[in-house]
Amino acid sequence: MSYFLQQLINGLTLGAIYALIAIGYTMVYGIIGMINFAHGEIYMIGAFVSLITFFVLGVVGVTWVPLALVLVLVSAMGFTAFYGWTIERVAYRPLRGSFRLAPLISAIGMSIFLQNYVQLLQGARVKSLPPVIQGGFKLMESNGFTVQLSYLQIIIMLLTVALMAGFSIMIAATPLGRAQRACEQDMTMAALLGVNVDRTISTTFIIGAALAAVAGMMVTMYYGVIDFFIGFLAGMKAFTAAVLGGIGSLPGAVLGGFLIGLIEAFWSGYFSSAYKDVAVFGVLILVLIFRPSGLLGRPEVEKV
Amino acid sequence: MRFGGLLAVDGLSFAANKGDITAIIGPNGAGKTTVFNCLTGFYRPSSGTLAFDRGGKTLALERMEGWRITRDAGVARTFQNIRLFTGMTVLENLIVAQHNKLMRASVYSLAGLLGLKRYRDAEGAAVETARYWLDRVGLVDHANRLAGTLPYGAQRRLEIARAMCTDPLLLCLDEPAAGLNPRESAELNELLLAIRERHKVGILLIEHDMNVVMGISDRIVVLDYGKKIAEGTPGEIRSNQAVIKAYLGEPDA
Repeated sequence: MSYFLQQLINGLTLGAIYALIAIGYTMVYGIIGMINFAHGEIYMIGAFVSLITFFVLGVVGVTWVPLALVLVLVSAMGFTAFYGWTIERVAYRPLRGSFRLAPLISAIGMSIFLQNYVQLLQGARVKSLPPVIQGGFKLMESNGFTVQLSYLQIIIMLLTVALMAGFSIMIAATPLGRAQRACEQDMTMAALLGVNVDRTISTTFIIGAALAAVAGMMVTMYYGVIDFFIGFLAGMKAFTAAVLGGIGSLPGAVLGGFLIGLIEAFWSGYFSSAYKDVAVFGVLILVLIFRPSGLLGRPEVEKV
Repeated sequence: MRFGGLLAVDGLSFAANKGDITAIIGPNGAGKTTVFNCLTGFYRPSSGTLAFDRGGKTLALERMEGWRITRDAGVARTFQNIRLFTGMTVLENLIVAQHNKLMRASVYSLAGLLGLKRYRDAEGAAVETARYWLDRVGLVDHANRLAGTLPYGAQRRLEIARAMCTDPLLLCLDEPAAGLNPRESAELNELLLAIRERHKVGILLIEHDMNVVMGISDRIVVLDYGKKIAEGTPGEIRSNQAVIKAYLGEPDA
């Protein structure tokens, strides 16, 4: 029981991180119908920006942890959002209206470019960050096994829930959210009603990148080690989460993220951590075969 | 407007006066919708200008981006095939049309996210405007229905209401009476006349239903093969020989 509880906590933490990345995939897919394969790299850049900011703050002498966290959060979201905006501007916007595969290829190219860019600038070796937040609660103890809920895990989950709540309000009740939903359905018509479609799409990329940056920061603090290649696997898993939940659906991305996190945690807890990725991508295949529209996605009905 | 070897609209020139209902008629393929597409920024005319007077300033529509034409010039448009946001509610369709006003009030959505009063007020006003137009087109009871579930005639009226919510000076309607029954098209006439009288909005109308065209137009422009073949009041057009020839053909000698 206690072992189960521990895996549940670990899975939810991991799931929160996947969910934050998955939102970026699903939003971009919703609005322009492309899979932004460079999104995993955006997350990786978010992790690097956080790491760099932590070091800069250390050098400057900001040692009060809450302040440092807020500063790192702001800097990671800000810089990474700028990357997100730039990528859309240089790699996707010029291809809008071109054939469907063009932006996809461009995204893959962008992804390779960003990996190499970070590798060249930061080096290929693993970077590590000493633990910033230590300690936690001991929830229960049985047979010599302690169930721990660390402060960091609490922060990760709370921050994720808060961001998602704010994000849902934005989509449902702000002009920007309405414009995004309008563009999703009919870009031409949205433009005819005075919606600046290009800017709405840019904002979507900016928001998606900022959320991925938060995920990057959390991972940096949670695992303490990052390298230039972490974006690939995390991006793929978050993409799987988005597909599992139903790509294009926001609640779907969140649900998918948590499910993937739990599958991974329980699989490594009860079977073998060596095959956890196999389990996750096995799920992707099963979903694609049996429920291609995902858990919460609407199946596309062809009108005759 | 030229598409490769095809000259779709050829040296067309006419004026739609402020607050008038101007109808564009002509046989199928005459280039009527192409004129609309040039006007609303879908096509860039190969040559020529589209001058639009707003508050004494002349705007060159042919050089503006599509969404600016709506926001800055105040040209709104509906389509032959209905293009509502079917997955949004009727009310939301009308609120999206007031996007720019709300965007300004909410400081690019920030105030909306924080739920500030300044945004809540603006949103309240937007809902009021929407309610007014829902009332005008008789859809108040359906405000929270998904737009795609409305019957056909109601969708047509909602499209006009939505266009009016952008606060236009000129409303371009592409076959608004298509598919309407006689009672519905009589209601449409009334609605369009009311828009002209009460809101001082000019209307540019493409229509095949001659009851609508002859009943409400101030001026009529007739196109055939991209050229203007006649222009005048409904009475003048009715008896114009060139128009009769274009529609009915020449009698065999």
